[in-house]
Amino acid sequence: MVLLLAVNMVTRAGFSLKQLKMWGIIRQKVAAGGGSPVARIRPVVSNLRNYSSAVKQMMVREALNSALDEEMSADPKVFLMGEEVGEYQGAYKISKGLLEKYGPERVLDTPITEAGFTGIGVGAAYYGLKPVVEFMTFNFSMQAIDHIINSAAKSNYMSSGQISVPIVFRGPNGAAAGVGAQHSHCYAAWYASVPGLKVLSPYSSEDARGLLKAAIRDPDPVVFLENELLYGESFPVSAEVLDSSFCLPIGKAKIEREGKDVTITAFSKIVGLSLKAAEILAKEGISAEVINLRSIRPLDRSTINASVRKTNRLVTVEEGFPQHGVGAEICASVIEESFSYLDAPVERIAGADVPMPYAANLERMAVPQVEDIVRAAKRACYRSVPMAAAA
Amino acid sequence: MALSKLSSPSSLSTNILKPLTNSFLLHRPISTDTTPLTIETSVPFTSHQCEAPSRSVETTPKELLSFFRQMATMRRMEIAADSLYKAKLVRGFCHLYDGQEAVAIGMEAGITKKDSIITAYRDHCTFLGRGGTLLEVFSELMGRKDGCSHGKGGSMHFYKKDSGFYGGHGIVGAQIPLGCGLAFAQKYSKDETVTFALYGDGAANQGQLFEALNIAALWDLPAILVCENNHYGMGTAEWRAAKSPSYYKRGDYVPGLKVDGMDALAVKQACKFAKEHALKNGPMILEMDTYRYHGHSMSDPGSTYRTRDEISGVRQERDPIERIRKLILAHDLATEKELKSVSDLCL
Repeated sequence: MVLLLAVNMVTRAGFSLKQLKMWGIIRQKVAAGGGSPVARIRPVVSNLRNYSSAVKQMMVREALNSALDEEMSADPKVFLMGEEVGEYQGAYKISKGLLEKYGPERVLDTPITEAGFTGIGVGAAYYGLKPVVEFMTFNFSMQAIDHIINSAAKSNYMSSGQISVPIVFRGPNGAAAGVGAQHSHCYAAWYASVPGLKVLSPYSSEDARGLLKAAIRDPDPVVFLENELLYGESFPVSAEVLDSSFCLPIGKAKIEREGKDVTITAFSKIVGLSLKAAEILAKEGISAEVINLRSIRPLDRSTINASVRKTNRLVTVEEGFPQHGVGAEICASVIEESFSYLDAPVERIAGADVPMPYAANLERMAVPQVEDIVRAAKRACYRSVPMAAAA
Repeated sequence: MALSKLSSPSSLSTNILKPLTNSFLLHRPISTDTTPLTIETSVPFTSHQCEAPSRSVETTPKELLSFFRQMATMRRMEIAADSLYKAKLVRGFCHLYDGQEAVAIGMEAGITKKDSIITAYRDHCTFLGRGGTLLEVFSELMGRKDGCSHGKGGSMHFYKKDSGFYGGHGIVGAQIPLGCGLAFAQKYSKDETVTFALYGDGAANQGQLFEALNIAALWDLPAILVCENNHYGMGTAEWRAAKSPSYYKRGDYVPGLKVDGMDALAVKQACKFAKEHALKNGPMILEMDTYRYHGHSMSDPGSTYRTRDEISGVRQERDPIERIRKLILAHDLATEKELKSVSDLCL
């Protein structure tokens, strides 16, 4: 009731409903009897966190920044290096303010030489420091992949425990918007196949904070796959998440939405699309369970299998290329452990098997959309679906 | 043959007793004699962008004897590894260091165990120099759990972190940025120590070397890049791989020194000099002019791309152990017989 009043006043003040939705006002949970309608108008033009509600909103960008800040503050061995992380405040502003706070010895701008600076980061980790190496995008990590795999991932094993490598490699992964084939590759399957690496991929701000903190504290090399398009998205965060000791376990998936008819697995941005698909499916009488993987390696096979044993149907969704992808691994895991529970073939939705095109319409067809997930879930439930438009 | 000598019980006991009966190590003063001695290096140092250190090296009889003993041990170890490999007790790759011993030994004499060393796959003797034991070497080569990596690494992956030895790396050139990273961490932790990152003439053309060197120079890291130039990158001679085989000059704005890598005293002097330089002024390159008697690895006979005359010529003229032996004899620090018993025992 109070919300309607606020919306009314605000729309009269000249802000459209669309703008309100953008600023998250409509999505705000209204605290019982909290604040006057006038007080609610102020945050429309300023930082939403001044909003006097019980649940805070936090952008993923801010979640990552605060996690880095808190871990650097807690442990003097943690330092950040990468292109533009210092004076530029971060190519995507993830490291904003850190240079000013921690100084140039702990926030290091590197030249554009991934092989060199990644090797330096790994060497520093050998000695006992805790580097966070930022790749402007994971596409550039290919220049340094020998160090990630041969120098970092394998050293603990090859040295039989003498050399541990407490390093985090982080940066945006997968498709952005209109950046073309060389800047849109998803590396989840690449890194997740390597023993000795942990591979994490957050979706929400809670994920971003908890998983990045866990990654920095972890004594082993962690590949942390973010998503550029998620940086600006806001999610509600509880007081527990905001606490500096907050941490999420590595290797545990989260059931974002419970359901009983079909299991949908996803990670990173696709979780958002899957949740939207689940809403649409609910209207058609299909109750979808959406699993946010969070951890690609180790994969939470027990959560996935428990879910499939409950729903008997599985749809795996990912943005990356289909062959040898994350979905293929999940499918194999389910067939190995829960074959007799499956009532339908596993549906695998992935990016199109083509280098990412530039034109917007082609790009849209190359990446999974909500409709693709809905159609796949219906197919898994043996509902008739219209054929997808030919690619 | 070396192995059978060690394994037969009776010869082992007599061998152990020998030094006591000889009273060599107990009564003769040479092994504990620390009277300073000044010896000139074989050739003067050639420098790039810096002042060369003096040719006169401070040493002691004790040090010279320890050079001799350790290098003889290394030589015997590598020859034994050769036999083990041919007997199929060592599998996969086996890259031997005989001929290059002076680099490992001279370096140890010029630095401390708090300084760090990282090298490529020709690492058996470097590991020994850092304090590893023969048991750890042979066990690792044979895949046993008493190996330094408990059998999980193999020939190319020896490590000894507690004395600053960070491996043992199979990917050519990768150890250089890693070494610069160690130096970064030493500077970050204010340890006043340095890192020596060793690589070969083959790796000297790697792009990541220049990337890491650029950052090391930019950030003033205490990193010393040491090119162990044995003149062959596997089967490719240096003049076929590098437009400029003056590796000590390849750092451009980074100072460099060319050193006779077969002269342990020259190596010691250069490493001491480089450490002082790196702590004050950032990175430096040392080029060690050295030679390997074996091929690139046990799979390479080593004679298809170089003549046997060349190999035997180096052995006669420049062998590092022979050089130290002649020095010890010339300065009357021990007799031939005493030196022979040391090299036989390798204790």
